[in-house]
Amino acid sequence: MTSDLALAAFAASSGAHVVSAPSSARFGAFLDSFDPAGFATQLSRRGVRFVGRSDAAFPPLLRAIHDPPPGLFLRGSGEPEVLTRTAVAIVGARACSGYGSAVARMLGRELAAAGVVVVSGLARGVDADAHRGALEADGTTVGILGCGIDRDYPAAHAELAQRIGERGLVVSEYAPGVEPAPWRFPARNRIISGLARATVVVEAREASGALITADFALEEGREVFAVPGEITSALSAGTNALLRLGATPLTSAADVLESVGIAPPEAPEADVGPEAAAVLEPLRDEPASADALTRASGRDAGAVGAALVELELAGLVAESAGIFRGVMPAG
Amino acid sequence: MLAQAVTYCLVGLEPRRVEVEAHLQRAVPAFAIVGLADRACQEAKERVRSGVASAQLEWPRFRITVNLAPAELRKIGSGFDLPIALSILAASRQLPEERLAEHVAFGELALDGRVRPVNGVLAVAEGACTAGIDRVLCAAESTPEAALAGIDVVPVRHLAEAVAYLRGERDPPPYVASNGHHPVGTALDLADVLGQERPRRALELAAAGGHNLLLAGPPGTGKTMLGRRLPGILPPLAPEEALEVTRIHSVAGLLSPEHPLVLAAPFRAPHHSASTAAIVGGGPGPRPGEATLAHRGVLLLDEMPEFQRPALEALRQPLEDGVINIARAGGRALFPARFQLVATMNLCPCGGRGDPRAECSCSAQRLAAFRDKLSRALLDRFDLVVTVPRPRARELEAGRGEPSAAVAPRVAVGRQRLAAGGLDRTAPADDLLARAVERVPLSARGRAKVGRVARTAAALAGAERVEPEHVAEALAYRAPAELAAA
Repeated sequence: MTSDLALAAFAASSGAHVVSAPSSARFGAFLDSFDPAGFATQLSRRGVRFVGRSDAAFPPLLRAIHDPPPGLFLRGSGEPEVLTRTAVAIVGARACSGYGSAVARMLGRELAAAGVVVVSGLARGVDADAHRGALEADGTTVGILGCGIDRDYPAAHAELAQRIGERGLVVSEYAPGVEPAPWRFPARNRIISGLARATVVVEAREASGALITADFALEEGREVFAVPGEITSALSAGTNALLRLGATPLTSAADVLESVGIAPPEAPEADVGPEAAAVLEPLRDEPASADALTRASGRDAGAVGAALVELELAGLVAESAGIFRGVMPAG
Repeated sequence: MLAQAVTYCLVGLEPRRVEVEAHLQRAVPAFAIVGLADRACQEAKERVRSGVASAQLEWPRFRITVNLAPAELRKIGSGFDLPIALSILAASRQLPEERLAEHVAFGELALDGRVRPVNGVLAVAEGACTAGIDRVLCAAESTPEAALAGIDVVPVRHLAEAVAYLRGERDPPPYVASNGHHPVGTALDLADVLGQERPRRALELAAAGGHNLLLAGPPGTGKTMLGRRLPGILPPLAPEEALEVTRIHSVAGLLSPEHPLVLAAPFRAPHHSASTAAIVGGGPGPRPGEATLAHRGVLLLDEMPEFQRPALEALRQPLEDGVINIARAGGRALFPARFQLVATMNLCPCGGRGDPRAECSCSAQRLAAFRDKLSRALLDRFDLVVTVPRPRARELEAGRGEPSAAVAPRVAVGRQRLAAGGLDRTAPADDLLARAVERVPLSARGRAKVGRVARTAAALAGAERVEPEHVAEALAYRAPAELAAA
């Protein structure tokens, strides 16, 4: 029985995707020269932990997929136990619309508030918004990297990764030093869907990477939710196609919570002033610019600006490119 | 035979005394100018020779050496023509040397002997004033400008006129500007802007608080139109500010000859192809750049991401310190540059972002590269960031907005209240700010910016202290996620 750590280290040094011990001479030679204790010391010096596939702490849901990784490298102060808790993956386009961004944030926040671990891929767009939403709710979130555990990819998300690590974990199947490569991201996606009881696709073009994640989830028989989008928007073509294939339409975070068997928490009554409430009213129907809201409310632009910030801080409104959008579930 | 005239040469904006010495020797007739004279200055030889001949004066048949002292200072420009001619004429005893010594001379000569105005007369006149010389000889057109220094100006139209005056034969006629009317204000009016309530409000805050303003949004939403209307609601310059700005504009040759004193806040909008030297100053001399020309006024950078990155980064020093320190082989100069920066930009390279009718076709990588073009440090200098979305058709039917004339008095009152001090935050306002820092990503600098804008909002509202609603409004103008690096 080859150690999981040796397999993971071999994958890093050879650049190959390794699931089970290969019978090649190269691997034999690698095993002969491999120093597990030295490798482990190097890891701990970097503050990285390793959970092998055969460890008891390895998440059982991930072990159940047909090609689980040899092990997971962990960064952050969360316990490995975090990975075994009920988790939901939120994935979607990197270049998402304001709608996608607002929905990802809202779902991240509401799922995390209900105690679900939010799993995503630390990419730009939907992924980052899902993580941020979970952090806003003081929840636990897990970011899965498609490169070595020591890398921050994209580099702009270094701070986000650090905040995720404060309570949650940044996870990768790749040992330190592994460069990001295009083929590693689909492989990373199987871990995202593998850790999660359900996968939510927020916004995806046709042939988007998020659809690969959804495919993995379907293959493993996990629940897949798709957020309905406008049928005229290319950014929703992928999610709408998923819906046509039978994915569950997502209309609120409660749909997901119900499927994973968690009772949605009582929504705290939004506590905003009368001024803010008046500004919010038109946003229940459709998104609008600050200028349109100013005219609709008959107040001056300064007061409306203040009201919008109040609503944003209360998590009821999200802004994107100057357009404000209500982010409370409809109805 | 030896004679001397005094003039001033500009290093940056600073006048430096230059003594123009002419020496005539009995030898083969020749004419040489020494003392680090640049090309324009070397060409003075030909202009001076023709000018003297045209003025019906005698060109001395000697070996003429003109020295511009101090020799280590690089002399640039054509203002030396007049003092060179006068020193040669004094050396050849065609005019009294003692009389010449009481004057500072500055001007370019035409081949027919006329005296042409040269940029920077105000700084030269001020230099003369400080040195205790009370009369300046310069081109008649420069009279109103030189007079701003509080010095006696002798307006000379022609070299012959200058000589006749110095000989004591007759005083030149006084200079009369073409008409007494002040140029009609050309400031653009805010009334032309339809709707756009939030950007208008931000413009008012920017004017009152002197905040830098960034207008972001898809193309064609009126960002530039709004930016151009900021100078129209700024209060006029204080007297000492006006003189300071006039001095700079004099060096750059931007003054109107009839009404040289700049009373309104200057407005500069360089094209995005401008080089770093054009923006912050440089070149031989060195010369002031657009940032300095916008001193006490507004610098508009339209399509900011299209500017060269070094040019943008070079603006960080003046934005922080209000001055630009230029060191070149040709000399060093300290230019004032306390301007208000207004910039416009699209939200993405294709311009589709924020436009409900267009779909952004930018890839994540292209978007990232676009954002990386503007450094965090530069974006941090904008106290106010407003996203201007594309208005829908029915929004364009909104009536014309308030005219600038209605906004300007509020701005002036707000400025006074801000200058009066006070205006600290109430405890609930502090609470809100602390809560916001938790909730939205706000750096320490971002927090300080919100504090400043909140103070301006309170001043415009006439409040005694900064209340939560002012902090909330200020938070509305923080940099949106689209522009943040993450």
